Amino acid sequence: MTNAVTTPAVRFAPEHTSLCIEGLSLAYAGKPALDELTLDIPRHRITAFIGPSGCGKSTLLRALNRLHDLNPDVTRQGRIAFEGEDIHAAHTDVAELRRRIGMVFQAPNPFPMSIYENVAFGLRLQNRLKKRQRDDVIEWALRSAALWDEVKDRLHTSAWQLSGGQQQRLVIARTLAVKPDILLLDEPASALDPISTLKIEELMGDLKHQLTLVLVTHNMQQAARVSDYTAFVDHGRLIEYGTTDDIFTNPRLRRTENYITGRMN
Amino acid sequence: MNRKAAWHGLWPWLCAASVALSLLLLGLLLTLLLTRGLGHFWPAPLEAVTLTSGETFAGEVIREAELPDRSGQERLYFIGNRDNSAQDSHGTRFRWVSLDTILKREAPAQLVRLSRSPWGDFIGQLEAFEHSGQRLEDNAAWQALSQALAQPKNARPNARLTLRPLNGEAFIQPLAEVYRASRPNAMSWLSKVRYWADGVGRFLSQGPRAANTGGGVWPAIFGTVVMVIVMSVIVMPFGVLAAIYLNEIAQQHRFTRLVRIGVRNLAGVPSIVYGVFGLGAFVYGIGATVDEWFFSASLPSPTFGTGGLLWASLTLSLLTLPVVIVATEEGLARIPDAQREGAVALGATRLETLTRVVLPMAAPAMLTALILAVARAAGEVAPLMLVGVAKLAPQVPVDATFPYLHLERKFMHLGYHLFDTAFHGDSVQAAIPLVYATALLLVLIVLVLNLTAIFLRHYLRRKRATT
Ligand SMILES: Nc1ncnc2c1ncn2[C@@H]1O[C@H](COP(=O)(O)OP(=O)(O)OP(=O)(O)O)[C@@H](O)[C@H]1O
Ligand SMILES: [Mg+2]
Repeated sequence: MTNAVTTPAVRFAPEHTSLCIEGLSLAYAGKPALDELTLDIPRHRITAFIGPSGCGKSTLLRALNRLHDLNPDVTRQGRIAFEGEDIHAAHTDVAELRRRIGMVFQAPNPFPMSIYENVAFGLRLQNRLKKRQRDDVIEWALRSAALWDEVKDRLHTSAWQLSGGQQQRLVIARTLAVKPDILLLDEPASALDPISTLKIEELMGDLKHQLTLVLVTHNMQQAARVSDYTAFVDHGRLIEYGTTDDIFTNPRLRRTENYITGRMN
Repeated sequence: MNRKAAWHGLWPWLCAASVALSLLLLGLLLTLLLTRGLGHFWPAPLEAVTLTSGETFAGEVIREAELPDRSGQERLYFIGNRDNSAQDSHGTRFRWVSLDTILKREAPAQLVRLSRSPWGDFIGQLEAFEHSGQRLEDNAAWQALSQALAQPKNARPNARLTLRPLNGEAFIQPLAEVYRASRPNAMSWLSKVRYWADGVGRFLSQGPRAANTGGGVWPAIFGTVVMVIVMSVIVMPFGVLAAIYLNEIAQQHRFTRLVRIGVRNLAGVPSIVYGVFGLGAFVYGIGATVDEWFFSASLPSPTFGTGGLLWASLTLSLLTLPVVIVATEEGLARIPDAQREGAVALGATRLETLTRVVLPMAAPAMLTALILAVARAAGEVAPLMLVGVAKLAPQVPVDATFPYLHLERKFMHLGYHLFDTAFHGDSVQAAIPLVYATALLLVLIVLVLNLTAIFLRHYLRRKRATT
């Protein structure tokens, strides 16, 4: 086998590291999906994960906010530290952890409520804000997600009436409203038209200054355009990790190059 | 090849035909119930019949049939007048008359029909209306009678009527025993409609009379509805919680599947079996114990140790529980996991996810469950006969004395009332129209309860799609 253990090409100083993944292995009902993954995710940067379908990218993202807790079949080894704290520590407040590590899923999943209520959902869970403040946060979140102008006149109509691209931005706004530190984006543009995709990419560039972004994508151009660091994953293993420039222009491994050129045509 | 082609052209028609057949049957059922049930309240014309023997009597034509022993027809008359000693078969209210014995049929305008209790209907002539020494006759008597009956019951004069059957002696009838009077042969169409509406209103709002072969069905309507409501209040929380456990909390392994299969099979258990269980477990088991502990003062006469509203509702809750669980669970299973994950990813706990996302989305399914449960429960009779339904319950289970809802009382139920009227009355002929009317009412009640739930569900769906 040629896929010898690859040491991560980049490590960050602790004060620049948002998430630190060490030896993470994960299996669905005994069937391995992640294998000894070790890498750091830098703060206030966009880190992209690329890799063939079924290689474990979504599985990795879900591990980061402990979404796998919902599935009793999942077994895990290894450590994930968020801001230096082990997220699996006994005293961790999982709900608070998930609030701080927001996630946007592959397919838009707005709740069957009004646009306003969708964005207010996370705020209501914390129940800390008065109506005025909540309205402000909701407007801010919708503006941050570049959706405000399109929906400001119909905040109280059903979110299910929005287009796919609008729904995805609504989901981003919903996540932003609870002020997360990290935003995990699992192929956020996979079901969208080029214009919506572009909007979301611009959005990521803007958000980078406020939070840490982790992006899973099948679109090599997208990864190259928006991300600062790129990790190539295959068969649940981290194959290569480096700055996006390095990975796309000067990959160290043949496999990475083959994958990228194959995908780019 | 040709036959195959024919089949290809034919199969949509076959499917359409089965739909048409079902619709036709449904239409027939409703038409039968509507015409027979509602027609009963229409003021039918009265006839004065003279027989070849010289006898004259008055009655309402019910129907005709072949003579049993020779060729020819005979006709059934409703003649009422159970108190008329001159009638050869004293006490019967119906009379078969062979057509060839009839000499003359007339429809005199002054024939009256009085509804009385006791003794049932009177058909014949109103001779006089006597009140405080004053005697009015014929038309004046009729007018005085109609005016008197238009008053509320306690404001009526203490008058006496002189009534004469066509085939008997005149007699005195106190006005207090009369509650309704008509002269169908002299009625205009409009007053017939009014009389009909009044009859329907009395049927709906009054208690039964004459061993359930007359009068109204109000206590039975009330009992049915209260029982269904109590049943829903019990079954919905249980069923929904069970469905939540099965779909949202329990791990999906072999045991869960086994439970699910068990629940589905419970839905197929014959309802009388539930009745037996209710009798043994609730009435004799729990009920007797409750009596010993809390109502020992009134023993040996049982309070909860006999059938009653609570036990009947509980029994029907058990009966409908599987339906509720299955329908709710299907609704829960249809909710995409993406919705749950979306809520969890925003920091919602499992309970918050359930109450804020999952349950609102499953509300239409829960209403479907309720519809199915109500439809099943409102129509069940067999188990009720074991656990609390009564042929005649003097008090409805809700009244103004604390605790307002009397769960220990026996109650009347339309389904059982129907059965009782049809089979246990003293007069089948008198019962038939009431059976149709009651059946119609039962269908309507189930329809109304269901439509309410359906509209509510529709409203929820609309709200979700457009809010
Ligand atoms: N809930 C699950 N139960 C069992 N196996 C799963 C589950 N989810 C994913 N897997 C398996 O784990 C592996 C990794 O899946 P994952 O969804 O992480 O892939 P992915 O890289 O996101 O693929 P894609 O790019 O197509 O989304 C796959 O082999 C998949 O079949
Ligand atoms: Mg994926």
